[in-house]
Amino acid sequence: MIILADILNATVLFAVPLILVALGGMFSERSGIINIALEGIMIVGALVSCLFLSAVDKSGFGPANPQLSMLLAILIASVSGMVYSALLAFASINLKANQTIGGVALNMLAPAFAIVLTWAIQGQGNTTIFIPTWTRISAESIGVTDISTFLPRFLFKSFYLTTPAALLLLLASILVLYRTRLGLRLRSCGEHPQAADSVGINVYKMRYIGVLISGFLGGIGGLAFTLAAGSGFQSQVAGYGFLALAVMIFGNWKPLNIFLASLLFAFFKILGSYSSSIPFLPQFKGIASSEYIYMMLPYVVTMIVLILSSKKSRAPKAEGIPYDKGMR
Amino acid sequence: MDDFVIEMLGITKDFPGVRANDDVNLQLRRGEIHALLGENGAGKSTLMSVLFGLYQPDRGRILMNGKEVRINSPNDANALKIGMVHQHFKLVEVFTVLENIILGAETTRLGLLRKDEARKRVMALSENYGLKVDPDARIEDISVGMQQRVEILKMLYRDNEILIFDEPTAVLTPQEIDELMGIMRSFAREGKSILFITHKLNEIMAVADRCTVLRKGRLMGTVNIGDTDTHKLSRLMVGREISFTVDKKNLEPGETVLKVKGVTVPSKLHKKNAVKDVSFSVRRGEIVCLAGIEGNGQTEFVSALTGLEKISGGQVTLKGRDISQATVRGRSVAGMSHIPEDRHKHGLILDFTLQDNLVLQRYWEGAFQNRGVIRGNEVRAYAEKLIAQYDVRAGEGPDTFTRSMSGGNQQKAIVAREMDLGRDLLVAVQPTRGLDVGAIEYIHSQIVRARDEMRAVLLVSLELEEVMNVSDRILVMYEGEIVGEFRPHEVSVQELGLYMAGAKRMEREGVRA
Repeated sequence: MIILADILNATVLFAVPLILVALGGMFSERSGIINIALEGIMIVGALVSCLFLSAVDKSGFGPANPQLSMLLAILIASVSGMVYSALLAFASINLKANQTIGGVALNMLAPAFAIVLTWAIQGQGNTTIFIPTWTRISAESIGVTDISTFLPRFLFKSFYLTTPAALLLLLASILVLYRTRLGLRLRSCGEHPQAADSVGINVYKMRYIGVLISGFLGGIGGLAFTLAAGSGFQSQVAGYGFLALAVMIFGNWKPLNIFLASLLFAFFKILGSYSSSIPFLPQFKGIASSEYIYMMLPYVVTMIVLILSSKKSRAPKAEGIPYDKGMR
Repeated sequence: MDDFVIEMLGITKDFPGVRANDDVNLQLRRGEIHALLGENGAGKSTLMSVLFGLYQPDRGRILMNGKEVRINSPNDANALKIGMVHQHFKLVEVFTVLENIILGAETTRLGLLRKDEARKRVMALSENYGLKVDPDARIEDISVGMQQRVEILKMLYRDNEILIFDEPTAVLTPQEIDELMGIMRSFAREGKSILFITHKLNEIMAVADRCTVLRKGRLMGTVNIGDTDTHKLSRLMVGREISFTVDKKNLEPGETVLKVKGVTVPSKLHKKNAVKDVSFSVRRGEIVCLAGIEGNGQTEFVSALTGLEKISGGQVTLKGRDISQATVRGRSVAGMSHIPEDRHKHGLILDFTLQDNLVLQRYWEGAFQNRGVIRGNEVRAYAEKLIAQYDVRAGEGPDTFTRSMSGGNQQKAIVAREMDLGRDLLVAVQPTRGLDVGAIEYIHSQIVRARDEMRAVLLVSLELEEVMNVSDRILVMYEGEIVGEFRPHEVSVQELGLYMAGAKRMEREGVRA
């Protein structure tokens, strides 16, 4: 039972960055801009917020006000993600650049920039920005002392402020996308920007908003990933930005489907790392490190799922096409 | 003193290389239906785009109720209560009818959309004007006619007083056109002012009060419909007499070239068959026309006939040979040429040059290639020959990229390529769609020439005028079946319309040989 609680806890922990980043990608693509730069956005969000966390750790402000610092870190991650995504928006909306190439460029820039900045601050060769332990919300801190039973173990084994934040942002995303004026207009720009233009909607503005929301969510997602990964920030997010793209496509650009898809992918990821402690899983005798087979799982599942769902999936019709007022 | 709602004075608009509007005046009276007539490329759409704020004029002014206004965007036009039904509908396909109507004019409470209130208003408007729509249906699931009603409701929802209709009748059946005319008249009675862009003279005569005629960007004049007739209007529009009837000599059809028996084609959109058990034949020296409203299986039938799709039942015979399973090129070589419905998608490779497009059906023949290497000089000579023979106008001759050519000349290039193959069967699908009067005349004359050369012609058309003028025999297709067979002089347009809408059907006893 305890092992199940641990697995579920870790599943949620790793699903959080996927939910956030995939929702971000969804907003961008629903407005008509393909956002391949999610990986880079995550890295930048994680970099800046981890630097902030380690700074407040040293100054003493962090240990004294742990969750306030975390809230600030989330805000900082989101703002830095937005700033970085604005580069993509500028290139693809103002300059009408190829969105895929623009995104790839940002993905290549981000880790290099992160290493340079980390070394500049921490000294040559110190690649890891360690995350202070006080960032975790422990069971003790809210008065639960015994975490040997299922529920507290599931909730608190690793619990960060990013988890409730992600749930709130998921609900907000559903509301914004389907029930507000902004959502309706944003979606129309991803489907038929000429129609949106003809009823007086500013397509460029809507697409900027879409990309900036993806930066906002992607930045937080970067921080959430680093917290989940545990060891600290090492100028990379292990392809989670791309995994989030797959989740978004599997989720058919719909928030609730994205939520479920994230949980599924995270589950397989966790199955990989817990494979040795789950007794009934086959152990592939004769293979030296069979855990690697399980660690491939989320990526293999991604491919299989994309093959199976590609027929049903329906991307926003106008995504990837720069909007040109003159073309009609 | 005339009561003008809108006056466009001295409008000049340049595009790179062309002057689309040259000092054009247009005055719209309150409560009138004002037609704007001109060929394709005459500048009608440009002028309306200026009024709707999509383009800014280089010179000229727009007055509203005598006061000068600036219209820099559709937003400004909306604020001045100017609305437009675009020729290609501006509807988001995956949105519902209601969402499309409110888009851009949403009302909200606490930031959330108030759809219930909007629904009430839309339903009231829909009832008031007899514009039947289902507010919760998605645009992609409803008919073209209903999509147009959605566009009209969009204008009414915004309380527009000046309504622009850009070629609204192109996609409608005769009955739907009558309905639309009625609706336009009721708008005019309420004091709304209507601008009606078209190149169909009989519609202008039926519904308009006045008509402004443009030719090559210039104003030819504004006339009262009461003082004119179709001949005067057409002379104003093209600058010469045009013949409305196609000259055809009497011809006794020869042997059967194409025989279609029980052909059935599955649909891609739903589980039912798109084409059901269709049988007919086409003989030498005969133009058989397949008429019907868009989406009744004609496209699927032609795809199956030309080998782009597979048939699930039946048999296609060409000159006695079973070609039901033949490849596209196999059918071409067996004696079929095809002028496709969508000239951009299936007719031309737009980013290829004209000469490459002209040789596209025969580049593999010995005359044009040697061991897999294209003989450039031969191709060029052949292209030049076709360009001269079929009067294809292209800026850089054989080296012109077909994308930069006008629609009429693109179509001429396809006609040249397909006609010159000298095949016994010509399948022409909506060959005059979107072309101006001059080009239509030319294409029709080429189709008739093919018939006079004793080839067999299958013409698929949505334009009833074309159906009546060109064909020797008419087959009406409704929901994938042939529901009527006529000779053009035996039937009226209204009668055909009833068959096309599925209101009437004829039991055919086999195929008329």
